[in-house]
Amino acid sequence: MSELTLHTEGDTHVVVTRFFAAPPEAVFRAHIEPELIQRWCLGPDGWSMPVCINEARPGGSIRYEWSDSNGAGFSLTGEMIAVEPFTRLEHVERMHLPDPTPDNHVVTHFEPHGSGTKLVMRMTLPNAEVRARMLATGMDQGMEMSYARMEQLLSGCE
Amino acid sequence: MKNTESLSALSPTPTRSHAHSSLDARFAALADPTRRALLTQLTRGEATVMELAAPFSISQPAISRHLKVLEAAGLIERRVDGARRPCRLSLDGLRAMNEWLAMLGQAMVCNYGRLDSLLVELTTPQSPPPDPDHE
Repeated sequence: MSELTLHTEGDTHVVVTRFFAAPPEAVFRAHIEPELIQRWCLGPDGWSMPVCINEARPGGSIRYEWSDSNGAGFSLTGEMIAVEPFTRLEHVERMHLPDPTPDNHVVTHFEPHGSGTKLVMRMTLPNAEVRARMLATGMDQGMEMSYARMEQLLSGCE
Repeated sequence: MKNTESLSALSPTPTRSHAHSSLDARFAALADPTRRALLTQLTRGEATVMELAAPFSISQPAISRHLKVLEAAGLIERRVDGARRPCRLSLDGLRAMNEWLAMLGQAMVCNYGRLDSLLVELTTPQSPPPDPDHE
C-alpha cells in the first residue's frame, strides 16, 4: 500500500503527505534524534550516514554526511528554524555535490491521525522549472525505489 | 556581451567556466523558456548557433546571448571547428543538477519504508527506544 501523496502548491512548492502507523511523538523523534535519523534517512540502498548532527532548536545546525562502500560521499548542511515538539519542524537545507544546491526550505507537520500520524512536508524549490524537473526525474526514481523497498519489507513479514 | 568571436575562441578545448558556476546559476539559467528549448534541441546532439536559431522567431544575436548564459552557467560547452563554434550539452553541469533533484525525491519518498520499520521498533515494548526522554 502506498500512502504517499504529492501535490504542488503555487509555483514553487511541493507538498508530500504520508501516513505512519506510529504516534506523532515517535515520528517526530525519528526526524530530530541523530541516532534515529542515521537508521532511515539513507537514500539509495548501499549508503550509510557516518556523520549526523541535528541540533533540534531554533538556529541549530544540521549536518549529514553520507558515504558508500566505494568511498564516494556527499553531505547536507542546514539550519533549524523552528522546533515545536511533536507537531512542527521548520528548517533550510542544501546539499553539497560538492557545489551547494539552492536552499530548500522545508516545513514538516506531524498530526495525530487515529492511532498513527499524518506527516505533511512542504518544500519550497527555487523556481517553477526546478520543481517541474524534480517531479519529472527525482520523484520517479524515488517512487520506484520506495516500491522496491516496500516489497522487500512486505515479503519479510510473516 | 556582444556576438564576438574572441581570440580565446581559438582554443580547441571547451571553456572551463562551468567549473566556477554554482548550481544556483544553473537553475537560474533554466528559468527561461527559450533557454530550456535550446537545451532540448541540444539533447539531439551538437548544433551551431544558426541551426539552433532556425526554429525561433527571435534573432540570431538574441539566441547567442541565451547561449552565453547557458555556457556561463556550465550547462553547455562550445568548441571550435574551423569557422564553426558548435554547442553541446555539458554532461557535468546537467549531472550535478539531476543528482540533487533525484536525491530530493529520494529524501522525500525513498526513506519512508525504512522509517516505517524503525517506528515499529520504537513503539514495540520489547525493544525500548535507545534514548528515552531525550529533549
